[in-house]
Amino acid sequence: MTVIAIAFYLLALVTLASGLMVITAKNPVHSVLYLILAFFSSAGLFILLGAEFLAMLLVVVYVGAVAVLFLFVVMMLDVDFVKLRQGFANYLPIGLVVGLVLMGELVAISIAVATKGAAAGNQPLVATAAEPNIKMIGHALYSTYIYLFEAAGFVLLVAMVGAIVLTLRTRPNVKRQDIFSQVTRRRKDAVEIVPVKTGEGISE
Amino acid sequence: MDNFWASGWGWTIITVGETLAVIMGVMVSLAFLLWGDRKVWAGVQMRKGPNVVGPFGLMQSFADFFKFLFKEVIIPAGADKAIFLLAPLLTFVIAFLAWAVIPFAPGWVVMNINVGILYLLGISSLGVYGIIMGGWASNSKYPFLGGLRSAAQMVSYEVSIGFIIVTVILLTGSMNLSDIVTHQGGGIWNWNVFGGGGQLGLGIIKLPVMFGMMVMFYISALAETNRPPFDLPDAESELVAGYQVEYSSTPYLLFMIGEYANIVLMCAMISILFFGGWEFPVPLPLAHDGLPYILISLLTFIVKVVFWFLMFAIAKAIVPRYRYDQLMRLGWKVFLPLSLVAVIIIAGYRVYGGAL
Repeated sequence: MTVIAIAFYLLALVTLASGLMVITAKNPVHSVLYLILAFFSSAGLFILLGAEFLAMLLVVVYVGAVAVLFLFVVMMLDVDFVKLRQGFANYLPIGLVVGLVLMGELVAISIAVATKGAAAGNQPLVATAAEPNIKMIGHALYSTYIYLFEAAGFVLLVAMVGAIVLTLRTRPNVKRQDIFSQVTRRRKDAVEIVPVKTGEGISE
Repeated sequence: MDNFWASGWGWTIITVGETLAVIMGVMVSLAFLLWGDRKVWAGVQMRKGPNVVGPFGLMQSFADFFKFLFKEVIIPAGADKAIFLLAPLLTFVIAFLAWAVIPFAPGWVVMNINVGILYLLGISSLGVYGIIMGGWASNSKYPFLGGLRSAAQMVSYEVSIGFIIVTVILLTGSMNLSDIVTHQGGGIWNWNVFGGGGQLGLGIIKLPVMFGMMVMFYISALAETNRPPFDLPDAESELVAGYQVEYSSTPYLLFMIGEYANIVLMCAMISILFFGGWEFPVPLPLAHDGLPYILISLLTFIVKVVFWFLMFAIAKAIVPRYRYDQLMRLGWKVFLPLSLVAVIIIAGYRVYGGAL
């Protein structure tokens, strides 16, 4: 067995096992941690495929940002485990149906790939030393698929603006620090030296 | 035997050897850098600092190391034991993972990969997990607050660090760290901090932009590594010691080594991205593949890293701690817009200005 085969089986095994643990772990925090492990080992699988850019992106975006927020929220939740288990039987049929549909789709895709080759009709691009992965993805994204790429960006922007609009509320009577006015404040605006004669005091 | 070293197994053995060499080198230098950190801190406060163990107290870090090793590991009763012990291990391992792509001298790098910078970004974004996991698993209020603070802080500053790195990538046209260094070769004026060469004419615009990016990278690196003035996750005056409260003995030691390895990594990154990495400030009349050139390069790189570590140590000693809302304001409202503008300016220069 070559080193690559060993690496593949190891990473695939870890991915599958941690995927299973995501849905079976009792503690939701453990579930998220297993999810992170699954992301990480699938990034390793991408590297074995030669898609190093995608692998790094998976780690930076999913593991580094999305999963951190997941963990952040799940840790702060006060989860009642007994309550969580109660609805399990009710949701089981729906879950099974969704799972079966997903499995059917995956099998259909596998059959299509096995008989016709990946992305039938389109020759898959292969990275070379002169034309590395990043360059090819950049070319494809910013030339052929530029409009779709920009549209995807806009979808994210709309989602972001929506989230801000939903949660933004201006509360009155809240003291805020205005750094600009703090920094631009001069001595003569605040302090005045008044010569005081003895026994007379100062008038306003 | 030629074939064996070219085969998969031979490559694996060579890489493991290189990895061990890098880890040992970094670990030993960490011991002395830690001593230097405490000496600088003491010097600013007009104390003597560690001066008992060995000459000038040089062996202090090793004494501390053994002290931590021989103490009892205490695990709090309500803690999630597996995650509690996994967190410091994770911090430690991830801190050393990133060193795989750091080029120390021409050709002296464990993995010379094309997406080196993305790898660094990915690994440094993993660093936050050790802290959150440690904070949560301790099952105590102060560590948890510290963990939450650090999660928000590190995620925020990663964004601006990412954009600052994009300006460097735009200037050099490569994500390979060795290529970024060689692109800055040929003299001090070619370093990215001064605009990466071609400053005459329109290129003069790069000089102030890149210098500002360097300053912002330095400050973001302080925040990313939870160093003072941004050490809010373990602010001892508010949170006792943040996520580390419940840790003792070897797990605490792992946290500390990981933290310092990350700090030195940031020093190495700022040297590589902005100060020419191993490149000497003036062109050297030496063959670029000879041993003298490689040794001088290595020494140059080490001097740069130590200089930046000194800057980190001085910042720790002389700057008061930020308040949390000020920290968030600095990250999101100052650094993010400024680095975005810098990306636009540098991209504009690359389109309308000149070649690489």
